[in-house]
Amino acid sequence: MSASVSATPGRAGALWRSFAENRGAVIGLGLMIVLVVVAALADVVAPHSPIEQFRENFLTPPFWMAGGERAFLLGTDDVGRDMLSRLIYGARLSLLIGFSVASLALVVGTSLGLLAAFAGGVVDVIIMRVMDVLLVFPSLLLAIVIVAILGPGLFNAMLAVVVVTLPGYTRLSRASALSELARDYVTASRSAGAGAVRLMFETVLPNCLAPLIVQVSLGFAAAILDAAALGFLGLGAQPPTPEWGTMLAGALQYYQRAWWVLTFPGLSILITVLAFNLLGDGLRDALDPKLKR
Amino acid sequence: MIRRTAATSALALAALMGLAAMPAQAKTLVYCSEGSPENFNPMINTTGTTFDALRPIYNRLVEFKPGTTEVVGGLADRWEVSPDGKIFTFHLRHGVKWQSNKDFKPTRDFNADDVIFSFERQWKDSNPYHKVSGGGYDYFNDMSMPALLDSIDRVDDYTVRFVLKQPQTPFLANMAMDFASIQSKEYADALLKAGKPEQIDQVPIGTGPFELLQYQKDATIRYRAFAGYWGPKPKIDTLVFSITTDAAVRLAKLRANECQIAPFPNPADLPAIRADKNLTLLSQPGLNIGYLAFNNLKPPFTDVRVRRAINMAIDKAAILKAVYQGAGQPAKNLIPPSMWSYDDKIEDYKFDPAAAKKLLAEAGFPNAFETDLWAMPVQRPYNPDARRIAELMQADLAAVGIKAKIVSYEWGEYRKRVQNGEHQMALLGWTGDNGDPDNFFVPLAGCAAARIGGGSASKWCNQDFEALIQKAATIPGQADRAKLYEQAQVIMHDQAPFYLIAHSVVYLPMRANVVGYKMSPLGGHLFDQVDLK
Amino acid sequence: MLVFLLRRIGLIIPTFIGVTLLSFMLIHLVPGDPIEVRAGEHGIAPERLAELRHQFGLDQPLWKQFVDYEVQLLHGDLGTSVSTHETVWNEFTTLFPATLELGLCAISFAVIVGLPLGVIAATRRGSGFDYGLMGLSVTGASMPIFWWGLMVILVFSVALGWTPVSGRISDLYYIEPWSGFMLIDCWFADDAGACTSAVSHLILPTIVLGTIPLATIARMTRSAMLEVLNEDYIRTARAKGLSVRRVVIVHALRNALIPVVTVIGLSVSALLGGAILTETIFSWPGVGHWLVESIQRRDYPVLQGGTLLVATLVILVNLGVDLTYGFLNPRIRR
Repeated sequence: MSASVSATPGRAGALWRSFAENRGAVIGLGLMIVLVVVAALADVVAPHSPIEQFRENFLTPPFWMAGGERAFLLGTDDVGRDMLSRLIYGARLSLLIGFSVASLALVVGTSLGLLAAFAGGVVDVIIMRVMDVLLVFPSLLLAIVIVAILGPGLFNAMLAVVVVTLPGYTRLSRASALSELARDYVTASRSAGAGAVRLMFETVLPNCLAPLIVQVSLGFAAAILDAAALGFLGLGAQPPTPEWGTMLAGALQYYQRAWWVLTFPGLSILITVLAFNLLGDGLRDALDPKLKR
Repeated sequence: MIRRTAATSALALAALMGLAAMPAQAKTLVYCSEGSPENFNPMINTTGTTFDALRPIYNRLVEFKPGTTEVVGGLADRWEVSPDGKIFTFHLRHGVKWQSNKDFKPTRDFNADDVIFSFERQWKDSNPYHKVSGGGYDYFNDMSMPALLDSIDRVDDYTVRFVLKQPQTPFLANMAMDFASIQSKEYADALLKAGKPEQIDQVPIGTGPFELLQYQKDATIRYRAFAGYWGPKPKIDTLVFSITTDAAVRLAKLRANECQIAPFPNPADLPAIRADKNLTLLSQPGLNIGYLAFNNLKPPFTDVRVRRAINMAIDKAAILKAVYQGAGQPAKNLIPPSMWSYDDKIEDYKFDPAAAKKLLAEAGFPNAFETDLWAMPVQRPYNPDARRIAELMQADLAAVGIKAKIVSYEWGEYRKRVQNGEHQMALLGWTGDNGDPDNFFVPLAGCAAARIGGGSASKWCNQDFEALIQKAATIPGQADRAKLYEQAQVIMHDQAPFYLIAHSVVYLPMRANVVGYKMSPLGGHLFDQVDLK
Repeated sequence: MLVFLLRRIGLIIPTFIGVTLLSFMLIHLVPGDPIEVRAGEHGIAPERLAELRHQFGLDQPLWKQFVDYEVQLLHGDLGTSVSTHETVWNEFTTLFPATLELGLCAISFAVIVGLPLGVIAATRRGSGFDYGLMGLSVTGASMPIFWWGLMVILVFSVALGWTPVSGRISDLYYIEPWSGFMLIDCWFADDAGACTSAVSHLILPTIVLGTIPLATIARMTRSAMLEVLNEDYIRTARAKGLSVRRVVIVHALRNALIPVVTVIGLSVSALLGGAILTETIFSWPGVGHWLVESIQRRDYPVLQGGTLLVATLVILVNLGVDLTYGFLNPRIRR
């Protein structure tokens, strides 16, 4: 029952309709759109610069509390930077992280998986064993070691997360490719004389897209969480970069005196990751025919 | 939902009742330690965390009087120094008993053999214990003992003589440091015979007020008061170290009375601790310094005007307020105010960005120049948050036209690179080891340390300064030495090889019913005479 | 069945070697070595550094160090920690029970709560309960664990005072570590309150660590159940008049368990990752915290030996999952 040909307009419409049935998915999509807009328009929307230090205003509470000021709606952090502005710019960073990591992991992982499926034999064994080894390593530990090698920083943290999420994409694309390769139309194409590379990218890949799209959307969410975890451990984005995980790292000690420094970045991570998870779930439900009823 | 709440409350209640059912006669003091000790050997380790864990077990020939850096008798009750300052003769105390455990029962009291063993282990390759447990005797080497010691002679059962190659007045203070702790030769011999010498550092035997009962890695250390201790008997029966790495969690446990003493609080929590009637807050100016070192070998920091300009460009008060949050004193000298010979007459550079800009222009930098600013990724006793400080400094420097890029490495890597002089400006600091000004000036501003690979971050070598501190290390009288150190501080202030930030104040929150605790200026924690009311 | 098992085991050996190679390469790629890290403010003279490096064999070419390490492993020697000078094996066996205990509790919590919730949601598809549960479980899966843990401590331990703040048991109890499992060892303590203390200390970390597996298991169970509930043979059973409960539990659940078992297996690896953060927040003296510290200290033997041991466990669990798979669905065994 799965689509054997690329989506036609009628099919896309049907996809949208089944997607829209799922309330969670629509909420996810909505949140994601809001986030993208806010991130894109950060320079316009944010009331202050995310790195400007207001020396008179260390640890100002949010505006609805005693001592709060309208200028700093969600309060300030311990060196006087506006929380709201930092959160808004942080959205930009998180989206960038999610996108970069997910797409890089997708491209590299899918290539490896397709290569393994098509080449078979020794190449397949080597690639899959390497992926097994990566999977068996506790992923956060592996990421920490990679960052320790490359040095702390946002870019290096992203690379580490790519390496850690690679096995997922590789396995998935290989499994999909293998099951497609066994199908009649592929055997037919091959006997008709189609070359391997052409076959790989033009015929097989589009049909593996569905699970990969789902994986990317969920991978977005995972990437943001992983990068935040590294930032929380002090290994991700370095100050004064307003990455949400990094903001949490410095905020621990203020949990009693200035709870807003701790709560808002965490909530932002939660909401963003939630949005992408809902989106991914919705896509999965819409694209997976077995759940259609 | 309601069912779960009731269940949790019931559990909590039961737990409390369980606590109340504990036998009341055993007095237990719980100390929330900030980390696990590496092992129980004072000679091969360097961290305060490890030293705190083994100080209850061991003694040294001389000790620092609790709460001070004054040297008093320990395992040696009297000593003499020869007129030329090279020979130190220690007369050992009689009747000092060794602890025992299930594998070892001592057959004799403490005597000179134990002293000789403890030092020869660190010094002589020929000693069978020299390589045991890795054999990296950091402090023994850092205090230049191999170069300094000529011989250690056993005069008789209760007299040991240390002969030095040159006079070194701070030597006595070095003998009170943790690396100079005395281990039992009898225990060492027994373990060697049994084929497990490493046990000496994992299951320790000492002469101190507490003996080790149990060590649960990363969780707890339990000690029991040693009945045969030669000194005043501890007032508590059981001492427990509860290993809690997060400061916020330590405070929460202190509040819940899960521990009675909780060191290294977050500066942000100090006002709340002060306001809490159940808690007392002790404080002590730390014997430390946090600074921004200029690499005096690299231009433009070779020019004293640039260094002075930066001293005027950075807002010290803002750093102390935002990062130290009251837990620090602004620094104008390398040594802290609590140290003898501190020159209070020196006036610190004023925060004056306009004057700084002018001075920079004079030095040939009217417009922006670029530099790096190294910040360590870990919290140190003299610096609660190097990255935050770097951010504040970066903003101040930008205001006078200096573009500083913040650079960070992992702590070990950081230290190595700074030693190699790879930085232009680097945040670092120092905690004193023995209460002597020599211990600050020589490693941080001496010429020997300024070579590439040497420990000095400033890489500063000034001949006049050097002559003063070298002389002060060899003459005996404290007043005379103080005069020389004061002159040295004037030179340092004038030449500004550092931007001196602050001496952190060390705070120690504890429950209000804890009595008898004295804070050590060297930062160690001692529980010998602590009591619970 | 035996062939299946042997084939799986055969695949493990190259994975093992791969793990040792990877962990060796990684830790040696990290700049700095254990001696430099210990230097602290005092720094270390380059001559002394060279001397100590030679002593620890760190100045040998890398390939030689790796070969020496593999040989050492074959002799069953996992090495000695550079900072504590305890053998890696001793340290691991001291710390692992804590992680295992927490992990088992978290997984049990996730299964005991998640499985029934998933089943109920599947049988009441489309209801408010279903949407509510799915909403909560997606939220649970989206939580940054470190933040969730801190919030939970803030509310339940600090604000409400219902649970203890950290650790495995109150420090006032002297527990001999017979098994390393606090829930077992507490029975041997002199004091009656010890076990209650142990349980109360387990509550929050279990909930925090178990949140993500709980969410995943609930959703997995629900979707697996939904698939199965619509199969023909189920409809036939219903038509035959068998009670809903019997149908659901006996027939549907057994087949739905397959993906759930997979998730449980996957969770083991994830639990170790989550354990690192949870152990940090709750001061839980386990393996996760130990491994992360070893990176900071460049403690090569600990990181290499520790990851090898952890990887072994993960491999064994995966093997167990595969076997259970084969048992539950004979069609997979080939």
